[in-house]
Amino acid sequence: MKTISDTKVQSLEKKAKAIRQDLINMLVEAGSGHSAGPLGMADIFTTLYFHTLRHDPKKPNDPNRDRLFLSNGHIAPVWYATLAHAGYLPKKEMLTTLRKLGTRLQGHPHKKGLPPIENPAGPLGQGISQAVGYALAAQMDGKKFETYCLMGDGELDEGQCWEAFMFAGNNKLHNLTVIIDRNNIQIDGDTEDVMPLASLRDKFEAFKFHVIDIDGHNMRDISDACNQARAIYEKPVCILAHTIPGKGVGYMEFDYTWHGKPPKPGREQDLALCDLRTLGGALCSEHE
Amino acid sequence: MNLNKNLFTKKEEHIPTRNGFGEALVKAGKRDERVVALCADLTESTRIHHFKNAFPDRFIEVGVAEQNLVGVAAGMAHYGKIPFCASYATFSPGRSWDQCRVSVAYGENNVKIVGAHAGISVGPDGATHQALEDISLMRVLPNMTVIAPCDSHQAHAATLAAAKMNGPVYLRFTREKTPVMTTPKTPFKIGKAQVMREGTDLTIVATGPILYEALMTAEILAGNKKALAKLLERYPDIAQNVKKSKLHGHSMERAKETTQWTPVKIKKKIDEIGKLNIEVINVHTIKPLDHVTLKRSAKKTGLVMTVEEHQIHGGLRAAVAESLSLNYPTKIIPIGMPDSFGESGKPMELLEKYGMTAPWILQNILKTI
Repeated sequence: MKTISDTKVQSLEKKAKAIRQDLINMLVEAGSGHSAGPLGMADIFTTLYFHTLRHDPKKPNDPNRDRLFLSNGHIAPVWYATLAHAGYLPKKEMLTTLRKLGTRLQGHPHKKGLPPIENPAGPLGQGISQAVGYALAAQMDGKKFETYCLMGDGELDEGQCWEAFMFAGNNKLHNLTVIIDRNNIQIDGDTEDVMPLASLRDKFEAFKFHVIDIDGHNMRDISDACNQARAIYEKPVCILAHTIPGKGVGYMEFDYTWHGKPPKPGREQDLALCDLRTLGGALCSEHE
Repeated sequence: MNLNKNLFTKKEEHIPTRNGFGEALVKAGKRDERVVALCADLTESTRIHHFKNAFPDRFIEVGVAEQNLVGVAAGMAHYGKIPFCASYATFSPGRSWDQCRVSVAYGENNVKIVGAHAGISVGPDGATHQALEDISLMRVLPNMTVIAPCDSHQAHAATLAAAKMNGPVYLRFTREKTPVMTTPKTPFKIGKAQVMREGTDLTIVATGPILYEALMTAEILAGNKKALAKLLERYPDIAQNVKKSKLHGHSMERAKETTQWTPVKIKKKIDEIGKLNIEVINVHTIKPLDHVTLKRSAKKTGLVMTVEEHQIHGGLRAAVAESLSLNYPTKIIPIGMPDSFGESGKPMELLEKYGMTAPWILQNILKTI
């Protein structure tokens, strides 16, 4: 099990900051796409790809690699940015081709040509079922790798998610770790206004999951929770990652209207990049 | 074509297509250990229980959750398994269509989607359980192969072929015992239509067990007394029941015309038509469609009729029309569900009431020729 040093935490925080900056630039370049979710999940993606996951960009098809499924496909830009930083694709491609004709970086992900991507996602609820099926197949064959599935909280409105959770709990898929981006927003407003999810802990526990609540911007929390999840052999684990939508960009934070649009070039882009530069300390005050 | 020699005789066998599937799946499981089976709480009626008994560790119960059924299958396929996921066709792909579209077809995952109890012949369960739109739903999906076997032997062959093929397949099976028209030796190749009977006056293109009605009509018009006797066995009982039933919806006008079939009336129709040499083509693979065989036949006969246990829109008729409109524009007479929902009833009563039986085919030929 990997423990995490202060130095590592600091380097992860720096990496997350760079990923956020690239996110802003790639979204501006694309001219459409989602901002709030990707910014909010940057710390989790960073910790996963630069600390937690067992993977090697030089061997993207390594059969023993940990698998990551993204169920809320619309936050793909943070995945692409992280993969580029990890060395899976050129940074230039990441910054310039998102959502453009002929790109590997589809508006919603497709596995074609980009090996770390396991599943097509877009219509919500579909990624989790695929992750569950994958984890089950791996369990049948006695494989040791972990299958992660990242999901949104608004996504949990979909009935299919609960079909999949029931199945995962019932099949004791201990090799499955679900990470929920609990940012409390969806397109039409706050999740608790649109369709209240109330206590997700209670719900997941009722579905036979082990549940861990974390601060989704604290690298140590993220890492510890993932370690704990890997160690649990009785049941699947759900990490409820409490995050701030739009994290790092002042005018986007907590504002659901930034769920599905990119910053405009010029003032919005500049302001966002400026926020990300100066908020560097605030983001990781505990360790700097 | 190797037709079954017992067809239209007293020894004619009747076996549900789903049985052929159930047995073949066990064989596929023996041949390839990557084959797994998933079911949504319908293990016995989809006949997947044979596989469950043979390979309990490779059978996965998903519960009444068709969306998850298809999603889990997609995940397993991405891992490298060859999943067959089964439910009734009304539920999967009926309810799981988005998962079939994105998780399976777009994801290029090697999943075999099994839709059991398709067609109106599922009978007493009523309209909610009669899948009459599934061919249409599945054939519009890129990367999807769509197969509707005509009998249990063909269902057997199609299942093995689907397991061997790398790519998403939709397999359509039916509940009722239906006539065995082929033999285990009849060749089967995905995408290759079968000319079951050669002819020059008219081409009937059929898919699924309803092919029997087409073959029967063709044989009768060629003077086959045994086929005629087989047809007349059913009457007047069925016709009487249909006549007594309430007629409603789109079916009303059509049903009114010919619900009074009697052996005498049927024979009269046959005499009116006279001898005809009908070509019958079994399109077991609706997608990819065998354009060559269809064109060759349309060119020969100049008139086509499609017969399917499916809505007349979007299914076999549409596929054939799309093909011929480009390759050899030909008039097409549609036999199928006339843009209507079904209802409870016995399978043959329903086929009769909604216009898919041999007398209806005769009636339509008479009108056209």
